[in-house]
Amino acid sequence: MIAVDALTLSRGERVLFRDLSLSLAAGEAVALTGANGAGKTSLLRAVAGFIRPDAGSIAFADADPAEARAKHIHWLGHLDGLKGGRRAREELEFQARWLGADATGIAAAVDVLALEPLLDLEVRQLSAGQRRRLAFARLIAVQRPIWLLDEPFAPLDARWRGALGLLMQAHIDKGGAILAAVHDPLPVASRAVDIGAGR
Amino acid sequence: MSALTILWRRELALAWSGGGGPLLACGFFLCLTVLVPLAAGGDPAGLRPMAGGVAWLALALSSTLSLERLFERDLEDGALDLIALGPAPLELVVIAKAKAQWLAVGVPLAVTAPVAAITLGLPPEQAPLVALSALIGALGFALTGALGAALALGSKRGGLLIAVVVLPLFIPPVVFGAGALERAVNGLSPLPALAFLTAYVLFAAVVTPFAGAAAIRNAQG
Repeated sequence: MIAVDALTLSRGERVLFRDLSLSLAAGEAVALTGANGAGKTSLLRAVAGFIRPDAGSIAFADADPAEARAKHIHWLGHLDGLKGGRRAREELEFQARWLGADATGIAAAVDVLALEPLLDLEVRQLSAGQRRRLAFARLIAVQRPIWLLDEPFAPLDARWRGALGLLMQAHIDKGGAILAAVHDPLPVASRAVDIGAGR
Repeated sequence: MSALTILWRRELALAWSGGGGPLLACGFFLCLTVLVPLAAGGDPAGLRPMAGGVAWLALALSSTLSLERLFERDLEDGALDLIALGPAPLELVVIAKAKAQWLAVGVPLAVTAPVAAITLGLPPEQAPLVALSALIGALGFALTGALGAALALGSKRGGLLIAVVVLPLFIPPVVFGAGALERAVNGLSPLPALAFLTAYVLFAAVVTPFAGAAAIRNAQG
């Protein structure tokens, strides 16, 4: 699904890594590991098209990069894109519908992530874990095969870490792919790539 | 509902939430039009010749107030990343946001403009022309303002930077808009000035999406 070839990324004057290559196939989850500042988030952002690499290429199967980013990628970064002053329902509706979800998909996401009691609250009233679940809902509401996740479990309690792990496994079982930057082990990962090792 | 309509409705909701941005802009507009006569000595006869110009200057300044909200908050909270992965290219996103800015702020300002202009001494019969020209000019302000907001993304003191970037770009619509009013007051047709004002808006509509989208991509990196 994704082929990263000889990628070199830098932030300002600092080179994060050179000549990094990796591939991500359908039905596979890859954990990006490495120390803080190694470039895990930057690699994810480069795959999502937010950062232009210094060298190398990122190719998507069956789609040019622009089409892949518009139709095939889900992004869940440190920042969840939620507006604190708006109600959870409004934000979920916007995030999911912007990415192409319909009412059925949104209802399914609300059900799976037990969001109903939260929907009438303002986002600023939610805990970090509840915000993460709300942001995760768009991944359930609309099907996109490639999930790019940055520390997906960070603010979650044990129960919801387990639940999101099951949702990730279901995504992989359906032929999806996950590339996730993690510090803790990713339960669904078929392999790990140490970003710092290639420097 | 198309994706851009979804974005556009969200922008309108954001503009009206959290303190009523449009009302703030209209209040600022009216305050300026009250302050200027006081600062000029309160002589209506002396103020009348420059009423159109003052009204347009106040309109331009009021249009800059909520520009920082346009892209900066979405960059700060990560919403811009989500928007960039949506079905619409960033160029159309910029247009949608500028259009929402015009509807949320520009149109209320254009509705307020005749009141302000008449307060400054413009003949009441010019009110429809004031509203029409302000409506066209506010669209230009929204488009150029969106470009300035995109260019200032990620900078510290972005609001100040936006004002410094966009105010020079607001000079042509202020000149054309005030010129239209002056011509009408002097019994001449305002159409040539309105045509120049419209040309400015069309130019901004062509340049802003591409330059604004490039600035957003640069800020995201």
